[in-house]
Order: sequence, then C-alpha cells, then structure tokens
Amino acid sequence: MRDKEGVLLAGLAEHGVSRRTFMKFCTTLASLMALPAASGVAMAEALATARRPSVIWLHFQECTGCTESITRSHSPTIEGLIFDLISLDYQETLMAAAGHQAEEALHKAMKDNEGKYLLIVEGSIAQGLNGAYSTVAGRSNLDTLKEVAKGAAAIVAVGSCASYGGIPKANPNPTSAASVSDIIKDKPIVNIPGCPPIPVVMTGVMAHFLTFGSLPELDKLGRPKAFYGETIHDRCYRRAFYDQGKFAKTFDDEGARNGWCLFELGCKGPVTYNACATTKWNGGTSWPVESGHGCLGCSEPDFWDAGSFYKALSMPANPLKVASGVAAVGAAVGVAVSLANRAKKGAAKAAHETTTLPDLEK
Amino acid sequence: MSELQFLTWVRGPGLDLAIGIFLMGVLWRLFEIYSLGRKKDLAEPRSVAGASGMSTVFRRSIPPAGMLKNSPVTYVAGYVFHVGLAIIVFFFAPHIKFFQSLLGVSWPGFPSQLIDFVAVLTIIAMLVLLFDRITKPVKRYLSTFQDWFTWALTFLPVLTGWMAVQHLLLPYTTMLALHILTVELLLIFLPFTKLFHAFTVFGSRWYSGAVNGHKGVAV
Amino acid sequence: MSASLEKGVRVLKEVIDAPIASYFNSCVHCGLCAEACLFYTETGDPKYTPIHKLEPMRRLYEQEYTALGRLKKLVGLSKAVTDAELAEWQELVYNSCTLCGRCSVVCPVGNDIVYMIRKFREGMSASGNAPEGIKGAANRTIKIGSPMGVKLPAVRAQMRHVEEDFGLPIPMDAEGAEYLVMLSSMEIMNFPEYLGAIAKIMHQAGKTWTLCSTAFEATNAGMQIGNSDLARVIVSRIVEGAEKLKVKTVISPECGHAYTALRWEGANLMGRPFGFKVRHIIEVLGEFQEQGLLKTEGFETDRLTFHDPCQLARRGGVIKQQRNLMNMVAKNFVEMPDAGFMNWCCGGGGGASAIEEGEELRMEAFKKKKSQFDTVKPDRVVTACANCRIVMEEGLEHYKMNLPVVGLTEMIADHLPNPVVTKPEGN
Repeated sequence: MRDKEGVLLAGLAEHGVSRRTFMKFCTTLASLMALPAASGVAMAEALATARRPSVIWLHFQECTGCTESITRSHSPTIEGLIFDLISLDYQETLMAAAGHQAEEALHKAMKDNEGKYLLIVEGSIAQGLNGAYSTVAGRSNLDTLKEVAKGAAAIVAVGSCASYGGIPKANPNPTSAASVSDIIKDKPIVNIPGCPPIPVVMTGVMAHFLTFGSLPELDKLGRPKAFYGETIHDRCYRRAFYDQGKFAKTFDDEGARNGWCLFELGCKGPVTYNACATTKWNGGTSWPVESGHGCLGCSEPDFWDAGSFYKALSMPANPLKVASGVAAVGAAVGVAVSLANRAKKGAAKAAHETTTLPDLEK
Repeated sequence: MSELQFLTWVRGPGLDLAIGIFLMGVLWRLFEIYSLGRKKDLAEPRSVAGASGMSTVFRRSIPPAGMLKNSPVTYVAGYVFHVGLAIIVFFFAPHIKFFQSLLGVSWPGFPSQLIDFVAVLTIIAMLVLLFDRITKPVKRYLSTFQDWFTWALTFLPVLTGWMAVQHLLLPYTTMLALHILTVELLLIFLPFTKLFHAFTVFGSRWYSGAVNGHKGVAV
Repeated sequence: MSASLEKGVRVLKEVIDAPIASYFNSCVHCGLCAEACLFYTETGDPKYTPIHKLEPMRRLYEQEYTALGRLKKLVGLSKAVTDAELAEWQELVYNSCTLCGRCSVVCPVGNDIVYMIRKFREGMSASGNAPEGIKGAANRTIKIGSPMGVKLPAVRAQMRHVEEDFGLPIPMDAEGAEYLVMLSSMEIMNFPEYLGAIAKIMHQAGKTWTLCSTAFEATNAGMQIGNSDLARVIVSRIVEGAEKLKVKTVISPECGHAYTALRWEGANLMGRPFGFKVRHIIEVLGEFQEQGLLKTEGFETDRLTFHDPCQLARRGGVIKQQRNLMNMVAKNFVEMPDAGFMNWCCGGGGGASAIEEGEELRMEAFKKKKSQFDTVKPDRVVTACANCRIVMEEGLEHYKMNLPVVGLTEMIADHLPNPVVTKPEGN
C-alpha cells in the first residue's frame, strides 16, 4: 500500500529490488531506446522521484491479449512494477471494482486530473450502427473515446486493434472498426502495435513519458522508432540463411531442423517493423522465428488481409480470380481478329488484277 | 494507404489483373499473327541434314561467322542480359515459390549470392545496351519511343528487385511493392510491344529455317 | 497506265502471311542486319538498314492485320501509307538491295528480311514504283524474250560460231534429250564461251542435251522487279518448253536470280509442282564430278579465288560443289575471308545492275568486294554468275584494279581434252 504521492524507490525496496538493480534496469531501458548513456541516469532519477500520473485504460473491441501480454508478470518483473509507478485509475481487467463503482472511478479520475491524465486504449472502435456494435455501461465505445480523449494529455493506442483497427477491421469489417487515430485528431497519439505488443515496448514508452514528459520519436505510423525502426528481417538471426538462399520448405524438413530461413513458409519478417528479433518474448525466452514459425507481421496495418500467413511474400496474396476470365477474353479477341484477317486476305486475293507490262506505269 | 497495404494490393488484385491481361494479350496476339497462314511450297525440296525449322530455332542463337567480331557489344551484352534475366527469374528461390503457386511445380534454385552477382551483371549489361542504343547510329536511327519504353519496362523490375534484396534507397516493403508493380507493368505491356519477341522468336526462327530448309540451306 | 497505290496496297495485303507477321513482331531494333548489309557497311548511312527498307510495309501490316494497328489508324495515331512514301522507298527497296540475303541469316530473332523485301516489291511494282531500269528489262523480257533484247536469230548465230570453234553440234529443240540448257542474255552477248563449254562437257560426259527455240532465256526480270504475274509469264515459257521437249532436267545457267526464279519460285508461280528437275549448271557439274564423268587434265597455276554468287550459295544451297570443281583444276586456290555461305554480294544482283541511277551507290558498296580481294590478292577471280562477272568487272575498273574475272564452267571445260568428233559432212 502506497499513498498517492508515494515514490517508486521505496516501493521497490519493499519488493526486494535493490537500487543497483533498478539503475541497471533504467540504463538497459535507455539503451534499448538508443538514448545516450546519461539518459539512463536521468531516467533513474526521474522515475525514483516521479509523482504517479493518472492513467485511464479503456477496453473496446479487443481480445484483452494486450493487457495479458503487458501484465504478464513472472516473479515479479520490473515491467509489472512500473505499474506501481502509475496510478492506474481505470482498467477493466485489473481493477477490483465493477459496475457503477467502476464507472464512478472513471469519472472521478477524469475530473480530478483533467488535461493531465494518460489515456491508454486497447481494441478497435466500432463505428457501424452509430457504434452500437460495442458498448460499455450502455455507451458506445465511440462516444466514450471521444469524451475521455478530451481531457487526456496524450493517448497510447496499445495493440494492433487500437493502432490500426486490427482483427475486427479485417475483411469484410462488419462493424466498420477503426483505429484511435482514425477518430481522435487533436491529441498526441503513440501507436504500440503488435498482436499482442511486446511488454518492454510499453514500459519503455511510459518511462520515456515520465522522464522527459513527452512521447519518444515516432515513425510515419506513429510507432516509437526505438522499437519499430528496424524490420524483423534486418535483425533476424537466420538472416545469413536468407542471404544464401537456404530455405526451409516444410515445417519439419531438414532445412527447418537446421534453422534455415522461413521465407518460403510465409515469414513476413522483411515487411514487419517490431523488436521481436532483438528483445524476444517471455523475458527473452524465444520468439516465433526461433521457435520455427514465420513472423505473422502482426505489428503492421491490415496484416490479417495481407494474404495467408503461410504464403511467401513472392506469392500472390490471394488466389487469382479474374485472370483466367480475362485470358479467355484474349482467346476470343484473337479468334475474332484471325477471322477478320483471313477474310481481308481472301478478299485481296479474290480482287487480284493480273499485272501486265502497262500496269507497271502509274 | 500504408506500405503494407500497397504491397498487399500489388500482390493481390494487381497481380490478378496483370496476369489476366498478360494471358489475354498472349493468346490474342498469337492468334492474330499466326492465323495468316502460309502457302505450301511446291518447289522440289532438297533435304539436307540440319536444315530445318527446328534446327534454326536453336542454331540462330549462335552468331554467324564474322558477326561477333563486328558487333561485340550487341551480342555480348545481349547475351548477358538475356541469360542473366532468365537465371534471376527462374532460379531465385522466392520467384520459384511464385511459379509454384501458379503452376504447381517447383525446381531447385541457385544460392542467393549467385543471383545477386548475376543481377549486378544483368543491370550493367542493360545499361551498356542503353548506352549502345543511344550512341550507335543504326540503333539510334531505328529506335522509336517503344524501344526506350520497353527498355525501362524491363530494367525497372531487375533494378527494383535487386534494390529490395539489398535494402537500398527505400524501405523493403515499398521496394518490394515497387518491384512487383513494375513486373506487373512489364506483363501488361509485353504482348503489345516488341517484347512479344519472347514468344514470336520461336515462330520466326522456325519459319526462316523451314523456308530455307526446303532449299537445303541451313540458316 | 493503271498502276495505283490502291493496287499496290491490295497486292501487299494478299502477300502478307504468317511468317511476315511473325517477323515484323519479332524485330527488336538491334541493328545487326545493317552490319551484314554491304550498302550500310560501305556508306555508313543508317537508312540502308535492311529492316528499315520495309518500314511502309510494316506500317501497312500493322494497320491492316492487327487490332491495335487498326485502332491506331482510326484515331489518327498511325498514318496511312502514301504513294509518295513508296516512291521515296524505291531507292531503298531496289537500288540498295540485291536480295543477297545476308541480313536474313544474321537476324538473331530469325527474321527472313529478304523474303519480306521480295514481297514488298510486289506492292511496289503494282503501284508503279519499280525503277525504270528494271521495268525496261521486264518489258524486253516479256515482249522480246530477253532482258537485253536478244532474239532467236542472234542465238542461232552464236550457236553456229560455237559449232565451228569447238567442232561440236549444238542441238536445238531435240525432243527427249536429258537436259534442257538455259542461257542468260549476258552469256549469249558477252560470254559465248559458255555455250561451247557446255557442249564440251556434255560431250565428254556422254549426256544428251538441247536448247529450246521458244525458251532460251533464263533471266527472270519479273523476279527482279518483284512481280509474280510477270515472273510467271517468263517462267511458263520455260516450263512449256521443257514439257514440250520432255526433258528430265532443266539446267539453269551461270546466273543467280534465274536459278532462284526457276528452281525455287517456279513451281509456286505456276501453282503446280514441275514434272522435271531443275539444277544449276554448277550442281550438274558437281554431279558429273562425283560420278567420275569429268576427266580433266592439267591445272591452273596462278593464284585463284572464288566469288560465291549469293543466289547460288547462300540462297540456293550450292556451296561445296564449286570448291570441289575448283580443286579439280586449280593448284593455287585460296579462299577469301567470309567465302561460302557468308560471302559478300557483288552489289549488282536482284536487278540492281540495271538501275542507272544506282550506279554510284553500287560503286561505293563494291568497296567491300574490293577489300576481300585486297586481303587475298588473287591473280584472277572465278565465279559462276554472268551478272556477278559484269558487275565485278565494272567495279574493278572503277577502282583501277587489274583483276580478270572468269567463269567456272568455262574453266572446267578448258581442262577437258578437245573432242574428237567426225564432222557430219566429213573432213
């Protein structure tokens, strides 16, 4: 139990995390984000004495996988402890309250911290039927988002659904799902895509916010460059096999067992920006390619519609539909032209006027 | 439209349409050209081994006596380009996967470093050919807009493909999408330009060989 | 006076076939055909590029026989072929092309360009755009019987001279003879030794032969002008004569295009296969040599080289025979560079030598032939085409080169022992 104004270090000490370990964590985090060495110290100082900002976490059309990923705490991880650093005033999965009490907590947090709270959104926003496809406490997600966003200092769209629309947006998009940035245009938004995203990415962004009071440098799609600046392909430990053309052809052939590149089995590594190849998952245990399965491209927009996960990038994304029809048109045109040609040639032959000597003169 | 969405489009509807137009064009043009037929040759034939349509299809790939010395650039750069392109298209593993998805058959590929080397040679050969077309009087005289256009149509897929694998200039996703897009453009225009020689060269060589083979002349 | 663009276009539509369509669609503008054509190599003027000589026909093909071409013409993106354009192309299609066929054998995509030029000439002649010189030759061939205006009495006169000089009878209209011997005007007028040579050779080989009073001329100006209708008239005289005399084989003389006209185009012009064989005199000599019927004596000792007439070698497939014959009577036979299949044209075939206004161009093109001679430095040049002989003599004179040109058949006959024949009237 900590009071609202409590500082992190005391709390950490309570959990048996020494100051040295904490420093090491901060420098690691800083270097992961390619910040200068001094930032690690700055981060430590800032975090140690930070006031705990209010954080409101909204859940819309989502599977809760992002929450699961980010709160996955082994024993305990420092990621989890960061959550002690913030005042998580509303989080449907984690909070103890339910029903009216939960809604009251939301409105109180909004009122008390107006203009200053961090809004985290998980899940896409249904726009169809005026938003009626997804409601909480009798209000559409669409309305809720617009209202809560008004008083937020910044918004973090966590997961591919909030960042781009995700699986609800996949063909045929029955609920007209949209991303946070499709709807909110007047607030700074950082997208942390992934299905789900990597925990340390979340932590890094929050640490940056708390240390520097701003969001880290973002790419064109609003993703922190520190974690989404390189493709999986460019950091993949199997890259040498790609460069040589050594590919696994099936999931249990010799190539697969030798750890060869998974391009032919559909790996989307070359077109996917994320940090999986460097930070890996589950505290550095492994990640999809290392386990022998190609990258799905889950941190990219519309990856669900980018063709089969098991079709290589050089293969057609979908089966060809119009090709044979169009080809048949060609055969028909060809036959028609042939008939016209032969008729013309025949007519010319039939109209042949035998040339005699005078006919050589104009 | 994001990078990946663009890539998904060229891999999806774009490819579907391009392959359709390509097949349409090939069928149409083959009919259009060969339906004109040929009159039977009533002269007494002279049969000589090696003088036939089929043998000319192969033999014409060899420069006739004196011509290689006379026009080395056209022959050498021409061959490096054609052979290089064939190697890249048919023996680079990702391309083999593409053919497999269309035809159901696949075959072993070459190591990617070899393909990379061949791609560089092919690009150089194509630039040499472009330079030659600009500087040699006969080629410049004969060249029309179509000659420059088809050069670009053929060059861009090789260049963008190589740049994609090398991670040059643009991010991979965009480079790959451009590569696939330029391939689609090549497919669409191939049957309707001089690039159709990819198909008619067999017919032309065969006719030449047959007409002359009737006379016992091995051309 | 009834030639017209319309007629020319109609004729072109008639003759354009699948090979031509395939060829036009295969051309990639590589320019290699120019490098094979002596009119380009010796002038450096790219307009003489062989495939360029066909440009109006290509456009016509595209506009008439392709869907997109028809569309282009409809919307004005492709202009119709005009009479002025065809007139402009006369120089390219006739003066600067001897139908030598070198371009056809080098084209990497397999285009038979000479085949197309031959067909283009059909349209050119029907539209009135054939050159005056060849029109004159065609006129004379059809009206008089030979392009140089040689008539039967002149032929009979030559026959008498040869009979006296050689002591051998020259048969005419002998029914049932094995061989019908054709002559070309050039031989009758300029190289009468040829007839004597034939007589000597046939005598030694023990073969029966004859001339034909209604068909002594082999030269086919209709072929050169490129008009099948006229070519047919000329060929049919020979066919009638051969069938009337019931010969087994018709021998085409030392003339290039006569051979092509009779041997390869004749049956197609007549619309039916021949009942007799057609052979070039060199082919016949080659057969005689193989069969051991030519018993020669002595050798030429000076340095000799051989010029392969285009229509005989590259276009006709007779390449080895002349070499075997040369080796039979020459000790010092050397080959020119590119001899045989890839030999360079003399520059005067296909009717070109009859075109007065093309003479300057021919002389420039002759530099190629001159360079072949300069490399080999022969004492004499041997060949098997009377037109090549005249053209080369003219070219050599122009460049002030003293190099005699002789015919192969005569050379062979010179090495046969003189015949011992009892004259019909006794000595």
